[in-house]
Order: sequence, then C-alpha cells, then structure tokens
Amino acid sequence: MTKYRMHILVCGGTGCRASESDVIIERFREVLAENKYDQEVQVVQTGCFGFCEQGPIVKIHPDNVFYVRVTPGDVREIVEEHVIKGRRVSRLLFTDPADNEKVEESRKMGFYKKQLRIALRNCGLIDPEQIEEYIANEGYMALGKVLTEMTRDELISAIKISGLRGRGGGGFPTGLKWEFTKAVKGDEKYILCNADEGDPGAFMDRSILEGDPHSVLEAMAIGGYAIGAGKGIIYIRAEYPLAIERLNIAIGQAREFGFLGENIFGSDFSFDIEIKYGAGAFVCGEETALIHSVEGGRGEPRNKPPFPSQSGYWGKPSCVNNVETFANIPPIILKGPDWFASIGTDKSKGTKVFALAGKVNNVGLVEVPMGTTFREIIFDIGGGIKDGKAFKAVQTGGPSGGVITAENLDTAIDYDSLQEIGSMMGSGGLIVMDEDNCMVNIAKFYLNFTQDESCGRCTPCRVGTKRIYEILERITEGKGEMEDLTNLKELCEMVKDCSLCGLGQTAPNPVLSTMKYFYDEYEAHVKDKYCKTGSCKDLARYSIDPVKCIGCTACARACPVDCISGKVKEVHVIDQEKCIKCGACYEACKFDAVIKP
Amino acid sequence: MSENKRIKLTINGQKVQVEAGTTILEAARTIGVNIPTLCHLDLKDIGLVNQVASCRVCVVEVEGRRSLMPACVTEAVTGMVVHTDSKRAIRGRRMAVELLLSDHPNECFTCPKNLECDLQKLAADLGIREIRWDGEKRGYAKDVSSNAIVKDPSKCIMCRRCETVCNEVQTCGILSAVNRGFSSFVGPAFNLPMSETSCTFCGQCVAVCPTAALTEVNYTSDVWDAIHDPKKHVIVQTAPAVRVAIGEMFGMEVGTSATGKMVSALKKMGFDKVFDTDFAADLTIMEEASELVHRLEHNGTLPILTSCCPAWVNFIEHQFPNMLDIPSTCKSPQIMFGAIAKTYYAEKTGIHPKDIVVVSVMPCVAKKYEASRDELTNEGYANVDIVVTTREISLMMKEAGIDFGNLEDGEFDRMLGESTGAGVIFGTTGGVIEAATRTAYEWLTGENLENVEFTQLRGMKGIREAAVMIGDMELKIGIAHGLGNARKLLEDIRDGKSSYHAIEIMACPGGCIAGGGQPYHHGDFDIIKKRQEAIYDEDRKMARRKSHENPEIIALYEDYLGKPYGKMAHDLLHTEYTEKERI
Repeated sequence: MTKYRMHILVCGGTGCRASESDVIIERFREVLAENKYDQEVQVVQTGCFGFCEQGPIVKIHPDNVFYVRVTPGDVREIVEEHVIKGRRVSRLLFTDPADNEKVEESRKMGFYKKQLRIALRNCGLIDPEQIEEYIANEGYMALGKVLTEMTRDELISAIKISGLRGRGGGGFPTGLKWEFTKAVKGDEKYILCNADEGDPGAFMDRSILEGDPHSVLEAMAIGGYAIGAGKGIIYIRAEYPLAIERLNIAIGQAREFGFLGENIFGSDFSFDIEIKYGAGAFVCGEETALIHSVEGGRGEPRNKPPFPSQSGYWGKPSCVNNVETFANIPPIILKGPDWFASIGTDKSKGTKVFALAGKVNNVGLVEVPMGTTFREIIFDIGGGIKDGKAFKAVQTGGPSGGVITAENLDTAIDYDSLQEIGSMMGSGGLIVMDEDNCMVNIAKFYLNFTQDESCGRCTPCRVGTKRIYEILERITEGKGEMEDLTNLKELCEMVKDCSLCGLGQTAPNPVLSTMKYFYDEYEAHVKDKYCKTGSCKDLARYSIDPVKCIGCTACARACPVDCISGKVKEVHVIDQEKCIKCGACYEACKFDAVIKP
Repeated sequence: MSENKRIKLTINGQKVQVEAGTTILEAARTIGVNIPTLCHLDLKDIGLVNQVASCRVCVVEVEGRRSLMPACVTEAVTGMVVHTDSKRAIRGRRMAVELLLSDHPNECFTCPKNLECDLQKLAADLGIREIRWDGEKRGYAKDVSSNAIVKDPSKCIMCRRCETVCNEVQTCGILSAVNRGFSSFVGPAFNLPMSETSCTFCGQCVAVCPTAALTEVNYTSDVWDAIHDPKKHVIVQTAPAVRVAIGEMFGMEVGTSATGKMVSALKKMGFDKVFDTDFAADLTIMEEASELVHRLEHNGTLPILTSCCPAWVNFIEHQFPNMLDIPSTCKSPQIMFGAIAKTYYAEKTGIHPKDIVVVSVMPCVAKKYEASRDELTNEGYANVDIVVTTREISLMMKEAGIDFGNLEDGEFDRMLGESTGAGVIFGTTGGVIEAATRTAYEWLTGENLENVEFTQLRGMKGIREAAVMIGDMELKIGIAHGLGNARKLLEDIRDGKSSYHAIEIMACPGGCIAGGGQPYHHGDFDIIKKRQEAIYDEDRKMARRKSHENPEIIALYEDYLGKPYGKMAHDLLHTEYTEKERI
C-alpha cells in the first residue's frame, strides 16, 4: 500500500462540483504527475465540507490548510507553491468578514468554531467511494458491535437512552419507533430510509449520502437488526444523481465486504438494501406517501393510524427513518448513548444539521449541538447579515415552519422551543431574511410552493392552500381588502386543523407566523397599498428626492426602460407610467436620492 | 363480544358503548348523532368501503388530538371524548364544503345531477349561503369520447369513490388520480380518453359518483326525435331490472314493481309498440340452454359462460383475450330483441327494417356501448338503435307530463311482449343461470320440473357455487357478480382449477338491478336488495316460469327461426368476440 505524505482533499459535493471541483481534481492529478509528486501526494474527492458559500473547497492534510473558492486555474499554483515549496497561497485563504484577517485552519474560522459534527463527521474527510476510508474511521464497527455483543432489546434501549429524535422534521423518538416496529408481529418487516429531501434550501441529507453513504447503510442494517427487518429500502429523489451513484457504489462495496448480505459478521442476521427512486415530490417525505410511492403508487399520504409500524410497505410492519437520523446511529453505538445524551438540551439530544441560507454571509451546512441559539448560528457561524443590513427574521422548518424574529434570536434551538414560538424544526432549513424582505411576499413564496406540492388528496390542502395563495397574491398586487385578512387567518387555521397529512397541517404556518409578527406589513399592503421593502412590484412606487439628487445620471443609465429623464447636474424624474418597478435606479443611486418604494 | 372488550367513549357529552373497530361516524349514529359525509361510501355487502377520508366533511374534534379527525375512518377508542358539534368542528366541516364549492362549476340548473347531487344536498343541508373563496376553477374539458360514459373532471371532488370501485371491486384499474395539487382529478392514466382505455363501461363509477363528474351519455333527444318522426316506426323494449327500480324515480316505495305503469307511460310517450326484453331473455335461454346441451353432448368447451352482460364481455375481451372460446356465443337479450325486431317482426308487420327504430330502456350504461358494436348488426341494420337508461326514460316521462304514480297498468304489445318468470329474473345476479337451469333440466331429463326455484343459486355473495342434479348428472354451476369476482373465477378456469359446467357472470355487484343506469342508490345497498326481492316476486306472479313455455317464443321458432341453435338462429342470435388491447 502506498503511503502518502500529503493529502489534498477536494470537495466532491454537488455544490462544489457545479463549480468544477471534478475538473480541479483532474488538474491536481495531472499537475502532480507532471511534477512526479503523484506517489507522494494523494488527491481525495471527499464529501461536502459544508462551507458552500466559499466553494469549491480544497483542504491540505496534514498542514490543515483550507483553501476557498478554488478554480481549476489555481491548481498549478497550489501544487507549485504549497505542495512543492511549502508556502501558503494566501490569496486563496479565507478572509474573516469580521476582521478581514486571513484564516488558514478551518477550526479557527467562525463558521466552524461552534460546530460539532456527528452526523457530518466524515463529510469532507473521507472519500465516499472508498469503503476502506470509512472502515478506517471506525466504519461498520458499530454494526459489528451490535451483532456480536448486543441483543435487539439492548440496542433499542440504547437508542432510547440516547434521546435521538427523528431528524426529518417530526422529531419522534427513534428508539420508540424501533421498539413499536419490533413489537408488531410479522415475519417480514422493512426498514426504509427517507432520502426524499424536499425542503427548498435544505441539502443535509444529500450531503450525507454524497459524503458518507456507508454511515447510512451501516445504520440501516443496525435498525434492521433492531426491528427484525431483512430488507432495507432507500427512497431517494432522482434529482440526486451523485448521491445515487455513491450509494450504489457503497452498496456494492458493502456487499463485497460482507456488511450486507447473508449472516453478517457471522451472525444469523441477514440484511440487504435496495434503492428506489422518487420523482421529487415534497409530499413523499411524509412516511405513508413515501411508502405508497415505493410501492409504485401515487405519492399520497393516507390517514394514520394505522402507523407504518403496524402496516407499512405492502402492509408489512415498517419503520421509516430519515438520512440524518441514521447518520447519528453508529456514533451512538460506539461512543455510548450517554455521551450522545450529554449533548443538547433537556428534551432534544445531540446535534442538528442546518442548511443556512438567505441573507447571511456564510451560506452552508452547519451542525451544532441542540440548544445553540439563532444568534450564534446566524451571527457567529453565519458571519452576520450580508452587506451590513439589518436582520429581520429567520424561517425555520422550510415551507412548514414559521418566522422567528429578533426578539427570539436568543432562543436555544430544539424541537420544543421552536414549536413554542410558532415554528418547527423541520428538516433544518434556516433562511435568513433582512430588512429588504417583504414578509407577505415571503409567505406567498412558501404557499406557492406548498399549493404546488400538495398531492391533491384532501380538500383543505388541495383547494385551501390554493385559495390562501390567491389571497396573498391579491394582497401583494394591491387588490386586497381588510376582509381578506380575516378570511385569510380563518382559512389558514382551518387548513391546519383539517388537512390529512403534515403537508397541509403545516402549510399555513408561514402565513400565520408572519401575520403574527408582521401584521403591520399585511395591513400596509391592504390599507395603504404600500410595501415598504419594494418587493411587491405592483405596490412599489419609486421616486427621486429632488433635494438629494445631484444629477449624476447613474439612475437614468441603469434604468432598463429609459423612464428616468434629467440632464447632468439636474434633478432627475421617474416617469411613473413607464416605470416597471425593477429597482435598478435604487441600487444604482449612490446618494440615497431614489425613494423606495 | 364480552362486556370488557366494548369501547366506551363520549360523544357530545353522551356516553356511548360500541364494539371494537367501530368508527366515530358509526358510533355517533348509534346515539342519533348524524355526522355529514361526502367521500365516504359504505357498501359492505359488496366489499366496498371507501376509506380515503379526503373530503374532510366529517371532521370532528377529539380531545387531546392536535387536529380535527375524520369520523369516517377514525376508530373509536375507550376514553375518547368527541365533539361533533363544537364550533371548531362545524367550522372545519362548513369550510371544507365552501372550498369544494369554490372549485365547482356553478351550473346546478343544467347539471345532469341536479337534485341528485350529494354535494348540492350537503351544501343545502349545511345552509351554505356564501362562498368566500373566489378564485381559479380547474375548468377541464369533458371527455365525451365514449358513447356510454361522460367524464367531466371539472366536477370531480376527488372523493375517489369511482377509483375505489374501479380498482378494488371491478379490478379494471381504469380510474385513478391524475395530476397533483389543485389540478388533481380522477381519470384514466395519462388522461387518456375513456374510449381508448380498457374501460368496460360497467358504469359502477357513475353509480357511486356523488356529483356529475361521471354520468351516462344522454340520448333522450334522439328518442324524442325518433318518436316525433312520422316516417319511423319506433318500438321500445324494457329490460327486466328497469321495472323494479323505475318507481323510485317517481317517489314510489323502494322495491315496488311498476311494470304495468311503466308500459302505460311508454305508450303515452308515443312509442308505436311497447315490447319486453324479458321476451328476448326467454329467447336467450332457448339458445344458451341449447348451446350448453350441445357442449355437454359434444364434448365442447366447458364451462360455458353467460354472455348477456356487455361490460363483462368487454372485460373478457380486454383482460382474458386467450379465453374467448368459453363465453356463450349468444348475443345479449337486448341485441337478440333488435335482431328479431328488424327481421321477423318487420316481415310479419310489413314494415321495412330501415323504418324501424329499436329503443332500449336499460339499467345499464354498457348497453349503450354494446348497441354501437359493429358486429351487432344484421343485413346492414344495427340491431338496436338507441339505448336510454332507467333514469333517462323517467326524466322523459316527467318531461312528457306523465303522472306515473296514478297510471293504470298497461300490457306489453303482442308478438315480442310475452315473457315468463325465467325472463324477469335475468335482472338479478343468479337469475340467468337459474332460468337456464329450468330449461336445461327439462330438456335433458325430459321430465317436468315441479319446483322451479333454485334457491341455492340466489343471494348476494360475490362468488356462489351450487350443484344441481339433472337426472343422474350433477351440473356444477358458478356465479360471480362484480368483475373482481369474475376475475377470480376466470383465473381459476385459466389455471385449470375450475370444474364448473356453467358460469353466470354479471359485471355489476348485485346484477342489473344495481346497474349504472338505475336510479341512484346514494350509498344505500338495501335498495338493491329490495329490488332483488321485487324481481323474485315478479317471477312468482308469472303464469309461466320456464322460457321454453313462452308461446311467443314457440311461435317465433315455428314460424321463422326453425330450431334453437339452428342455422338461422346462428345468423341472427349469435356473435363472436375479438381480442382487445389492455390499456
């Protein structure tokens, strides 16, 4: 076996790949070979590092240097300078937005400092396509331990003690779910992995599957052993081709190594895994809809009870767990449930991966202990709001959640605290909004999503979400009336109360929570036909402050429809008839002379 | 069930005890609390319970539950505290109906289901006076591709009853949810036109649709046009099952036989002759019993399967194309009637067949399709010209101002109007095979059959079997109604597991009395059972109860056809089947 003195880790996640990280890897191999360093230095394609804002990311071991926004054109310099001469390429180092200092090591960056990576432990570290790398990082040891040292009851009890709750959004205790499924009589049971990640903006499951697929396979086998299932099914959306490819590779390798198949670790436990593709419907994240889809039926939920543990895949007792939930299982077995339970809050243990997005400086995937506050995530890890703007709100739980405002920034995040403040954990999307975001518009955005993703089975969701969306549309177009606001609230409450599954039951949350915290904005849209952020084009009215305008012509030049008139050094005027309310003049003016809206 | 296994719950403050497995809806009914429903459909007699709980009209408040629960599928649990009349429950229910109405065409006046629509009735019962949710409507175009069923997706409320009956009861799998979200409706895969699918046109979807999303193709104006055309000689035939259901359309008690009033009404409408499909049913027995005897005596293909039901014929052509040699080659009674009307009757009366219009009044929508089949013609004339359902003819009678309930009983016209009790029982499951057995018995044994009632062939069980001793021969008979049951029998035959000599199959659960063209039962299967009793009553009242004793049938063979199952009978009364695609 070749021993390398240096490893170049290049992110091979979907995001970095979109910025040519695969080309970067190829270039590294070429340039290293050219310089005859290919026997000394290994290039490793890893999973996601999480710091997607700064991708493509290249990390050099053992020097622990973290290069950001690398392009294929930078490769030669990294090889010649860093690899050969041992000098840092400082222009490719991360600049801390707080103090403009260059930072070499990832653990010293604000983005990583407060993170604790359990589910993402191998992402950005190992090559997901090499089972040996997973094994070298304690891979399949948990499965070995479970099969050789633990009874099924001991295993379930350990998971219960750990306090692990479902990471897909429901937050149901995983140990209990396993226990229920084990308790149901049946010689044929199934364990299913929910990889139908559908929240707009959330991509932790994809990253885990791309960066550490074996951890999920191992955990599924452990879960299969717990409940008495001989077969596992991974339901993954077909839009995740890279994750699918790596899963297929991983399954092949696991079978080859005997971690899947007959009599695993010489025990009498046999288990195998099959992949089923989904067409990317949000509702298929709901477990009964997921099961229908796996069976080949229409992706639509049914009433519960019976729960899948009683009657699931083809009517057999089945257990559906989410990718991130599974990724937590092996460390719990190896480090012990007490260790896991020592992390987090009273009722929410361990960590949670969040997809941090929106108007925040450091967009990416972050894993923090439960109980971390929004302030820590947004300002310490996220590096604060972009362009120095003011924080307005953060949406958690994706289209099923609600907004959290400045007054709750110090809330310690866990399943229950989020529910108390009118939102939910969901799968962990965190969309940060600043002063320029119109909250009515945000609510409309989410409702457009949910009404489109509704399966159409039950009336409240099929027709109700559509009508909610239409009311919001009217309001943002300036056609709203005060009666609409009363009706909107009542309709939202009804849809929440009467829908068949979680999609409909949570779809009104973005409206209800924005109405709760930003009712003034709704009122302004309806009464004054005014959207203070200018997001609602039909309500926007741009004008130029004659006192501030110096006649620089910047606005007129930026206007795409030539509706701004005025000579140099004279006050400019916007022709309201022609204005398309695009806001280009507002962006262009350096003297705050354009009044918005 | 022992006392301690009973479920004890509270509904609207009242203590209720029910057996385990009872839904909140059923539990509430035991104490006189009616929870409105819409998508729910409980036809346990035929194994159909629609449990999709999609409309959310029956939502109730259950203490401790975060959201409202659908009463139709939520099982009562001990300790449960239910409120069906709380502000929350009533608001949920009303708004669910308001939302449905907000996406429903506002055209009740001209809708084919006006006053028969479950959604309309619900809106009336709940006193909905305003729909607050103005917005887009789906507005899909109607599917008028078939000549049996009209599908209007803009009226589909996604109750999925049709889907359940099409998939679970009939196992045809034509209807399922198409599209998603607001655009959803129930239809064939890829929204294919009905005529391009393997739909059998059994019409059970029409029978259970709560709105007018599925209705029959309406041919009433064609009938009026024919009646009012002085050059046409318009004759009408009425199927056995029509007479025991038509009274319902005029407010008569369910299970009333209204044969005489029906005949009078048809005459008042202006038909030139009013004849009886029961006559043709007797004729069918002559041919089918002869075919059975022929197959038995000549080592022919067994079992023989009845072929009166057009949906069933469609089913075997699409689903079991390799087994087309087993059904009887007999045309159905309605088609035999037409064939005889345009030959024998034309000859006897001297009316040219081109001037004869044969109108059928059928309990069925598949009969509309059957009449249009190319092969069911003789000498270039379609055997049957126009088919209307029990519902359509009743509306025509109303339009004609006929006071149905106060009519004197009329008599069918002669030549094609005489029938026996064997003919009338064609209208129920088990009837055709019983009629055939009556005749086959006498033919094979040469003895007089004293007790004509083969009660072992009767009932509502989905698949029934019986052995009838005919002399020293044991005739093994199978009966299936509902296409799912038919499928099971066919698979057994295909797999060589079947030892029947003769099998009767009817597509509709219950037989023609429950056909897709009958007055709507609105989910009450007792109505079907009462129609069945009425059919057997009619049989008992008949002077003759064996088809081969029908004097008009005897005359027909003597004067015209020659021998049963002979050359001319073959030309006029038999057909063949063709393989069809399975889509």
